[in-house]
Amino acid sequence: MPHINFNNDFPGIRSAMAYSPETAAPMGVLAEILLRSNDGLTPADRELIGMYVSYLNDCFYCNHSHGEIACIYLGGDRELVEQVRKDYSKAPISDKLKSLLAIAAKVQKGGKFVTVEDVAKAKENGADDKDIHDTVLIAAAFCMFNRYVDGLATITPTDMDSYPLRAKQIVDNGYGNHVFTNKQPT
Amino acid sequence: MAHIDLQNDFPGIRGPMAFRPETAKSLNELAEVLLRSDNSLSRGERELIAAYVSYLNDCFFCQNVHGGLAQHYLQCDSDFIEAVKNDFISTSVSAKMKTLLWIAASVQKGGKKVRPEQIEAAKIVGATDAEIHDTVLIAAAFCMFNRYVDGLATWAPEDKTYYIERAKQRAEEGYAGYDASK
Repeated sequence: MPHINFNNDFPGIRSAMAYSPETAAPMGVLAEILLRSNDGLTPADRELIGMYVSYLNDCFYCNHSHGEIACIYLGGDRELVEQVRKDYSKAPISDKLKSLLAIAAKVQKGGKFVTVEDVAKAKENGADDKDIHDTVLIAAAFCMFNRYVDGLATITPTDMDSYPLRAKQIVDNGYGNHVFTNKQPT
Repeated sequence: MAHIDLQNDFPGIRGPMAFRPETAKSLNELAEVLLRSDNSLSRGERELIAAYVSYLNDCFFCQNVHGGLAQHYLQCDSDFIEAVKNDFISTSVSAKMKTLLWIAASVQKGGKKVRPEQIEAAKIVGATDAEIHDTVLIAAAFCMFNRYVDGLATWAPEDKTYYIERAKQRAEEGYAGYDASK
């Protein structure tokens, strides 16, 4: 049961956002820029970073929501998403993305865990300053989103078939307050 | 030295905000709503929660910026802010604020660390759902801001008067529309 009365029964972050649309609006814009820009990092790369940090933070709702969104961008390759989640170092992804996931994992522990060597490695593998900036901010933002979702004990859907439906809604329409003002996908 | 070339030498979060103004805009709009809304929790209380979480995250820049703002709004001295950071239980903050700071400290460790009995304790001393919501989101947001600042290894002025002097200006201007270069 959620820690507070949201006056709605939406799943995960949607319930908290519907409760507080004033804070939801800038968070939606932030997610839209960080996760859907196709500049340097692809939307799939960005969602994989968000998914991985959520996995490390043990946030089931965000982990599986962003895993499913990444899956759509990857043409339905759920196996790849699972490989990244379990051991990205062995997954068939670029060395650049591997070194950015390593930075994201450090950010999840705390900002000061990111070392000069971590950043140098990412640059060697072709990451530019903006890729590194966005990786750090995506990882940091998920340390917020995950805590928002679990810190208020929002409802986590147990029906795994509902995750791809919400994922498609995001891929089709982007992030924003439509996720709670429109009908939930069924 | 920052991990990336921010193309400016502004301290703390101002560096990456000036580097990437698109994300800075939404970050500042979120800060505006969370830290300056006047419904129930005061601006001083909101900034105090932010300063406390930043202290727990060991983020020098954020704990001093937001400690400075809390000090400005609460019209207290820096010793009081330090006392809250070190042991808020033995300070004169209200019983309600003590329960909210306790919740914020749990959020800093991880969302699942917040226990129903903490929420119950807050409600018993008068905390509303909106105040609990805002406390959780302020604490969560500072787990982002702090990581953004330190994850890119931005620099921070060591002289604490820098933060005290800027607090008044920030209190007057707010966060929305913030120009990181000023």
